[in-house]
Amino acid sequence: MGKGRAGTGLAVVAALVALPFVPLLLWAFAGEWRFPDLLPSEWSLRGIAYLVEPGGRILGATLTSLVIAGATAMASVAVGLPAGMALGGYEFRLKGLVIFFILLPILVPPLASTMGVHLTFIRLGLADTAFGVFLVHLIPTVPYTAIILTSVFAELTGELEEAARTLGASAWKAFVYITLPQVVPGVAVAALFGFLISWSQYVLTLLIGGGNVVTLPMLLFSAASGNDPVITSALALVFALPAIAALVVALRYLGSGNEREFLGIGKPS
Amino acid sequence: MGGWVRISLLLAPAVLVLGVLFTGGLYAALVQSLGYMPAVGMTEVSLDAYREVLGREDFLDALLLTVYVAGVSTALTTVLAVLAALALRHGPGRVSSVVFQIPLTIPHLVAAVGIALVISQTGLGARLAAALGLIGSPAEFPAFLYDRYSVGVILTYVWKEVPFVALVVLATLRGVAADLEDVARTLGANAWQRFWYVVFPVVAPGIVAASLIVFAFTFGAFEVPYLLGQDYPTMLPVVAYEEYRSILLSDRPAAMAINILIALITAAFAAAYLRFARNLGRRG
Repeated sequence: MGKGRAGTGLAVVAALVALPFVPLLLWAFAGEWRFPDLLPSEWSLRGIAYLVEPGGRILGATLTSLVIAGATAMASVAVGLPAGMALGGYEFRLKGLVIFFILLPILVPPLASTMGVHLTFIRLGLADTAFGVFLVHLIPTVPYTAIILTSVFAELTGELEEAARTLGASAWKAFVYITLPQVVPGVAVAALFGFLISWSQYVLTLLIGGGNVVTLPMLLFSAASGNDPVITSALALVFALPAIAALVVALRYLGSGNEREFLGIGKPS
Repeated sequence: MGGWVRISLLLAPAVLVLGVLFTGGLYAALVQSLGYMPAVGMTEVSLDAYREVLGREDFLDALLLTVYVAGVSTALTTVLAVLAALALRHGPGRVSSVVFQIPLTIPHLVAAVGIALVISQTGLGARLAAALGLIGSPAEFPAFLYDRYSVGVILTYVWKEVPFVALVVLATLRGVAADLEDVARTLGANAWQRFWYVVFPVVAPGIVAASLIVFAFTFGAFEVPYLLGQDYPTMLPVVAYEEYRSILLSDRPAAMAINILIALITAAFAAAYLRFARNLGRRG
């Protein structure tokens, strides 16, 4: 009886999760879809053609988004990895305070601090540049990578590394050959997270990029404020693609036996 | 001693990056909210901006709307998440995890656009209502977008955040709660007793902690109300943004004052969450 109820529950939840994607998929390929019709009366590839239009704005914006999100992912892992080692591997005084400090940018909206640094960015010539946008994207991403990697290092017992040291490996060699391979999946998840959070940013890019740095969400937002559901839906699907791809990859990466929630920590924004 | 140096060096990059960009940014926002911007000749420090903002009708309307949207979104999210977790806890763990993780990774903007195309007056919902003969024209379908009850904004938040809370609850339900429930069952407790005296007390702290995060997030997020919300009143982050975009530099302190107030409120929720989370850790 419990199994049957769980099956029904799962079907309901899956349908609700899928619901917003139904009109997106239909509209993206719709030619004509008048009001009371439940399905488009004509199909077309206009939305897709718009996406790949040579010299169009979409390809450029996609590239800008990819570069900024890629750079943000790498930098936030580079910064979060040592922090994760310290917080996950050691006990020390004021640790709770450090964790609070690192988590705060996730919980306090980054709008305030970004408006705050804007003036300084203008003075330093960082405003309206992709590099400036990359810098402010670190505000929401570094806390996530640091906290994810903290849990990764907290699970390491250090026994293997100790064994390697006993057998004569240098501290560096033990780190590179023993510790690093153990944390690679966690580092990949952290990098994925950094990428996705940066990829999803709208208002930070808008504030610091000042309209000069055009990422995909900029185009999606102006399309969504306009009146063409075909273009809006096609763009929304492209914008959702990395999230879907990342989910598929991450679930395979974690292996079928691993029930640990890959998004179980913190609050994605 | 060596340990301290090592730990400090390891923490330095993250603390430096967040210290400069986040704390530095907040500090700059605070200074500007006090009316101190020497670059444009404003050097007098005062609380005028706060006095002005707190006395303004549009600020109070926005504050009320923000508390309403964040409160309703959080309450709906929590109830639906607990129901979903209870329904799914005996099901296939992996499948439900995958289903739940889709809304978590999808950007808010995509969710907002998809929800809008479902609930707008020419959306899927209205078409379905027309097919059932409930309405004759789009205008007869209730306005759920840009409306005074912020239905579109709330539904988008609920769709995005239910999985987050549900995963937290599911993890506890499948772990400690399941073991304790077995014990209670062998001791003869009925289904209701098992839920109320055993399962609920175990999962409650996790639910509260997750709800605090959802409230803090929906309180301070900008994109969804900016896209799907009405023009007046708007939520606080939208007011802060619009004030900030004003050409008049004299509006800047007010924008920053609103920002600082949002930061203070969400930080209070963050502190409450961390207290809760730490107690959870101790007990577990």
